[in-house]
Amino acid sequence: MTSAAQPDPEPQTRMTGAAIVLKALQDQGVEVVFGYPGGAVLPIYDELFKTNAVRHILVRHEQGAVHAAEGYARSTGKVGVVLVTSGPGATNAVTGLTDALMDSIPVVCLTGQVPTHLIGNDAFQEADTTGITRPCTKHNYLVKSVDNLADIMHEAFHVAARGRPGPVVIDLPKDVLFADGPYRAPSAPRRTSYRPRTTPDQAAVEQAVDLIASAERPVFYGGGGLVNSGPEASRLLTEFVRMTGYPTTLTLMGLGAFPASDRRFLGMLGMHGTYEANLAMYNCDVMINIGARFDDRVTGRISDFSPHSRKIHVDIDPSSINKNVPVDVPVIGDAATVLARMIETWKRKGCQPKQDALARWWGQIDSWRARDCLAYSQDGAVIKPQHAIRRLFEKIRGRDFYITTEVGQHQMWAAQYFEFEEPNRWMTSGGLGTMGYGLPAALGVQVAHPDALVIDVAGEASFLMNIQELSTLCQYGLPVKAFIVNNQWMGMVRQWQELIHGGRYSESYTASLPDFVKLAESFGGVGLIARTADDLEGVIDEMLAVDRFVLADIRVSKEENCFPMIPSGAAHNEMLLGQDDRAEHETSDDGMVLV
Amino acid sequence: MGQQEDAREQRRTIAVLVDNEPGVLARVIGLFSGRGYNIESLTVSEVDPVARFSRITIVTSGTSMVIEQIKAQLARLVPVHEVQDLSTEGPHIERELALIKVANRGEARIEALRIADMFRARAIDSTLESFVFELTGNPGKIDAFIGLMEAIGTIEVCRGGVVAISRGSIISMVTAEGDEEDDPAPAGRVLVS
Ligand SMILES: Cc1ncc(C[n+]2csc(CCOP(=O)(O)OP(=O)(O)O)c2C)c(N)n1
Ligand SMILES: [Mg+2]
Repeated sequence: MTSAAQPDPEPQTRMTGAAIVLKALQDQGVEVVFGYPGGAVLPIYDELFKTNAVRHILVRHEQGAVHAAEGYARSTGKVGVVLVTSGPGATNAVTGLTDALMDSIPVVCLTGQVPTHLIGNDAFQEADTTGITRPCTKHNYLVKSVDNLADIMHEAFHVAARGRPGPVVIDLPKDVLFADGPYRAPSAPRRTSYRPRTTPDQAAVEQAVDLIASAERPVFYGGGGLVNSGPEASRLLTEFVRMTGYPTTLTLMGLGAFPASDRRFLGMLGMHGTYEANLAMYNCDVMINIGARFDDRVTGRISDFSPHSRKIHVDIDPSSINKNVPVDVPVIGDAATVLARMIETWKRKGCQPKQDALARWWGQIDSWRARDCLAYSQDGAVIKPQHAIRRLFEKIRGRDFYITTEVGQHQMWAAQYFEFEEPNRWMTSGGLGTMGYGLPAALGVQVAHPDALVIDVAGEASFLMNIQELSTLCQYGLPVKAFIVNNQWMGMVRQWQELIHGGRYSESYTASLPDFVKLAESFGGVGLIARTADDLEGVIDEMLAVDRFVLADIRVSKEENCFPMIPSGAAHNEMLLGQDDRAEHETSDDGMVLV
Repeated sequence: MGQQEDAREQRRTIAVLVDNEPGVLARVIGLFSGRGYNIESLTVSEVDPVARFSRITIVTSGTSMVIEQIKAQLARLVPVHEVQDLSTEGPHIERELALIKVANRGEARIEALRIADMFRARAIDSTLESFVFELTGNPGKIDAFIGLMEAIGTIEVCRGGVVAISRGSIISMVTAEGDEEDDPAPAGRVLVS
């Protein structure tokens, strides 16, 4: 709180609540807002119109606004901003907010609210927005007086971005937007309670480094925290890995935090991770987790997760420590800060990797690698989905590209067959697994990077979930490429039904899909279709050549499954490598209940 | 490997200092229900009207891993200043207030008064066929009193929930007001060991 003794550095100016909102956005350096208007937020839209101070992107559904803001945030490292109306505007945003919470994406979402005197009256378009969003935000506010508005606006950006990032909602009753109040510029945060720790305890760092140096079968396991920490964390991880020569794997959320072209990279781990990454996790003696959270998609059956290792866990959020997996050395802090300290400590102590043991370990890993678990054979005219995705990658390798995905098999294949050399290039819904994420996220990425190549690797079912955003792409001339891996099935659902539910394909086939080419055209874009492997090359080339939004309908084989796969409830060493492995495997009763 | 997990359920009394702002209690309760933690008792009241701090006392139970989770989850809520695990951070005192109405007649009334005397419960209301007793003590004492009264009459019970504080002269629950923003170890803040 600014104490009475200290004069305000800037004299307070008075203005309407709506003007305070806009001024605060400007002072927070916000360049773009993704939004959709309605009665309760009209004063803000009026202010946007009058001041023209912040760019507004008019989405076509509030869920799309949040995903767009997530794409913007994840690809830039800035806070994404959303503006929606009360009631249905706010409830439509809930999926996006939950997605941002699960994946720790900094978002500030402004929601309209009925005037304060009507709150609780079941007024038109009233919803208990702070009540509904409390469990799906990092924090939320109902602004009851215009006097607090400026402070809350600034604090929201602070909370969204500091510590473990996440979404913050500010609920704005309409009378507060009309009322006159004081504007205060951003200053040191008013609140004294929220102070996430970013600098690690040096003793913990020393302990971690000693353990790292003692390792004979080490593995680095990096996650989304490396991306959230900023590019420096990825640079430092790369430096540390190259100093030690240790093998490194990344989670779905961490892809790009270590260059995929480096031979120390084992690929992604987890349910659809590589054979070598998962077996390295299972057999390691020291695990160095940096910014990952031992998610169930990664650990498989927890009782058999990496049973022989001592574990170091670096996380900015103390609640991630010992949540699923008990660890030996917790280090609380920001990934980049911790990595810098670790490198410094390693050098100061003159640590050396145990070369002989490490060479044996690499020998073992190389034998796993030799299984070539991602191999597929494209023969015949029918396009294999893996081939489609791999060819897309090969054609854009080296270019300035950003990839988003929807959710399903195509998402996992994209994670497996794309190679990311740097962070912030890969946007996917990891924690919530939200179908319909990819198109609006790509929209947000393209707004942030107008000249870059932005591709949504999509499944046809997911794509239909936020297809209305094609209209937004057209309005703003955003040349997003949607690469639809069209197997006509909810492929991932079909795969589970095949493997776990006796091939009873209940409601997982999408009959009556639209004609995607005509659909693209009707929205003002370009539609392309590839029916055979021969078509594929030309269609990708054309998609990349067109400078408008493109919808490429890639007709792939319908019943391909995504491997490797750790069936639910199984351990890392019980991976299925392909269709032939399947017969031997029976999913346990415990595994059946898992999602 | 990792630390050996202690699978036994433990009862813990946790004190939480929070900003007294709208929604803060809902946030704490929502955390417990959303993550499936137990609440045996929860009390809350403002303790500093100037700084607008409230203190919440929660009695919960779980394995040590769950208890550590609960504390870490509480500590990361934005309006939370401090989380103190009174059960493990040295000796502490727990008290609860209860109002117990007993309806009975004849001999049982005399017995009720005799028991009340032993428990230092005060009769604060009476008719010819009932008493209301006021009793403070630790929750176990109140359980015992209720058990006895149940045997000698029809009862109605209202309990205030547990309040608790550490023993000794140390004022442990203070906020780190005015400290640097990135204080490596904010006072009293739960840090996972
Ligand atoms: C909003 C939402 N609803 C349901 C699901 C469950 N689900 C996961 S993958 C999937 C199928 C996705 O199909 P498609 O987009 O065609 O991708 P494919 O697996 O075929 O590549 C479904 C229904 C989900 N993840 N999100
Ligand atoms: Mg599909």
